[in-house]
Amino acid sequence: MVEPILDTYIAEENLPYEFCPGCSHGKVLGALSNSLKQQGLDPSEVVIVTDIGCVGLSDKYFVTHAFHGLHGRAITYASGIKMQNPELTVIVLIGDGGCGIGGYHLLNAARLNTDITVLVFNNFNFGMTGGQHSVTTPLDSITATTTLGSTDAPMDIAGTAKVNGGGFVARATAFDKDLPDMITKAMHHDGFALIDIWELCTAYYVVRNDFGRKEMMGYMDSMNMESGILQETERPSFQTSYKGIQEQASKQKPMSGLVLDTNFSSDIEKPVRIVLAGAAGQKVVSAGNLLASAATLSGLWTSRRADFPITIQTGFSVAEIVISPEPVLYSGIIKPDVAALIAPEGKAKIARLTKTMEESDTIYFADGLGDVDSPANQLPLEFPESAKKEVHKNISALTAGYLTKQLNLFPFEALQEAVRQIQKPKIAEINLGILAHFE
Amino acid sequence: MIDGAAAIARGALDAGCNFYAGYPITPASEILTHMLRELPKVGGIGLQGEDEISSLGHCIGAATAGATVFTATSGPGLSLYSENIGLAIMMEVPLVIAISQRLGPSTGAATASAQGDIQFMRWCTSGGYPVIVLSPTNIPESYHLTNRAFKLAKRFRSPVFIATDKETVMTTESVAESEMLNAPNWPAILDEPVDKPLDPYQKNGTIHHYTGSSHTEEGHITKDPEIIAEFNERLKNKIGDQVDEIALVKTDLQEGADTLIISYGVSARSMETAVNQLRDQGEKVSALTVYSLWPVPEMKILGCLKGIKRVIIPEMNHGQYRHEIERLANENVDLIGVNRVDTFLITPEEIIEAYYG
Repeated sequence: MVEPILDTYIAEENLPYEFCPGCSHGKVLGALSNSLKQQGLDPSEVVIVTDIGCVGLSDKYFVTHAFHGLHGRAITYASGIKMQNPELTVIVLIGDGGCGIGGYHLLNAARLNTDITVLVFNNFNFGMTGGQHSVTTPLDSITATTTLGSTDAPMDIAGTAKVNGGGFVARATAFDKDLPDMITKAMHHDGFALIDIWELCTAYYVVRNDFGRKEMMGYMDSMNMESGILQETERPSFQTSYKGIQEQASKQKPMSGLVLDTNFSSDIEKPVRIVLAGAAGQKVVSAGNLLASAATLSGLWTSRRADFPITIQTGFSVAEIVISPEPVLYSGIIKPDVAALIAPEGKAKIARLTKTMEESDTIYFADGLGDVDSPANQLPLEFPESAKKEVHKNISALTAGYLTKQLNLFPFEALQEAVRQIQKPKIAEINLGILAHFE
Repeated sequence: MIDGAAAIARGALDAGCNFYAGYPITPASEILTHMLRELPKVGGIGLQGEDEISSLGHCIGAATAGATVFTATSGPGLSLYSENIGLAIMMEVPLVIAISQRLGPSTGAATASAQGDIQFMRWCTSGGYPVIVLSPTNIPESYHLTNRAFKLAKRFRSPVFIATDKETVMTTESVAESEMLNAPNWPAILDEPVDKPLDPYQKNGTIHHYTGSSHTEEGHITKDPEIIAEFNERLKNKIGDQVDEIALVKTDLQEGADTLIISYGVSARSMETAVNQLRDQGEKVSALTVYSLWPVPEMKILGCLKGIKRVIIPEMNHGQYRHEIERLANENVDLIGVNRVDTFLITPEEIIEAYYG
């Protein structure tokens, strides 16, 4: 037995409750206060997070910390508070309305398993706004918005928490004598805990549906929604799991930019805009990175944009590279100076660009991709004879090598150095082998 | 070689961010992946929420427990952030949000750059209370303005946006290392909050009530019209009265110029190229880059409008910031928009064409 430090956690100066006569909310708040007393918690280590609706009036009745946010989102704030400061005990007070609009948060919080306790004040309709139907309104019920009877299947809140990984899930009523003990059990559970507490809304639901305590218990039976603890399983809470992730991650190096020194030089005088147009899987973007990095190693300024469909390993893949003796300001390419077509998908994708090219511009094309609808000078990509068998698998790297030789924007050695500096050793080895064909 | 996403993530981490929650969306997902990978390395927390609403909810909750929080999304995600941004304003929670703009409306062209959410950021939640919006034009500024956003969020206990776009976030560029390492010569943001600092929930700390309802200084809900009015005036004035401190622009004025070009974000880069080319051709032209889009740095803009007969405003929307200039400029000033909403960046040539009219 823990030594109580407070007789009550209710801020008595704010009593009486402003709930309607006969409303069950006050009973549940009293049970929560008794549970906190049982646990001997300091008010400063407890945060009560209230949702919107009549239950949202509750925070002022507690001497603990409180958070009163937006409708349906209480569980998300509670998880955030608990994640940041695990020393705090975090309790959510939410209605059936909040569990409707925030249903997705409810089931995901059960999955996330932050160590919070959710008390659902489930009185089968919206009290604060005039008795409209909620997600738990029983079938055929009369409410302000179902005047001829509700036709929606009622949601099983506890059941939802249960099937989505909720570690501690119980169903209770506001009239249960042992409710404080049940709340204490829920709070002691290390992980997500929820009690679906059934209540009476005397202002609306009770009077419109002749639904008293007896009828509520009968309804519970008829729905096979038994009360008591429905699930109690242990799995690591978010805090525990994430601590493991932090430990593993702390051994990894923090992110750092790719720093390239200027070891080569270039004497180009104006920006050159290059478009590599191929297909997914050809490593087009990687080749674009090589050209941009080689230019950077040569004291030039670059930008590299990539364009590809949202799916991977299918469709076009385009890299747009600007190489310039001055910092690149405008990074777009409306008219390329050079285009390399290495797959039909890429050729089709940049048809609009190649059409705008002029006679002084050059299009290099792989086998079968010539005859471009463009006034630009059109030349086949003529890879070294020895590299022919690489074309199928490594056309992008070959094209990077070929363009470097043809365009003479920076030394070929800069491209080889780029391979060494930016690619993983295994891939670098392959690509250096491919570039060796040009020597 | 770096892209804007990495620069923004690095800026947040270096500013002391220790909590991030977000939901994947092009073109902001790279910021999410950087933050979720990096935060646990330094003892912070990074998670992907089930949606944008919960992500921002987690951030706000964590902030009341003392976290330095950050999130990023794009226009469609900002729609879902809306209600919680109102809550952050009401609870006075410091919050940094990067918006990587893409072409809308709705799903729009998800992989195309745009600047169509400039007004949306300003007016994104009910009540119309002010927020701060900073817009970088390049990668080093993405880093430094992110850092600055955290200082502003703390000082004003307010949401602060970084208005960026697909082009800046997803394009890899070469950047001088010194520009990343050395902070630009911008006026400093003071450390101490303009009002009271946020006192987080903590064991053995003072009892706190944070609420989205109109409340007294102690956080208790009130319906007293005088207290509500006083609180709401303070929310408006704490930012509205400090426009000069928040204001951040880059001026490039040329004596004798009667044309001023005003731009921001990625479009300001095309403006710079256009201005260089026009001056090479012997034209006299001034340029103003606005970094602090909101609150509108009115005094700075008015200062640049002196002697100006014509203003050209390139932006990748239908003229959203032009409206702000319109209310400041004298009626004899010609306002010309250069606008694009067709997935392409505004070209320097278009700005030059507008200049020659």
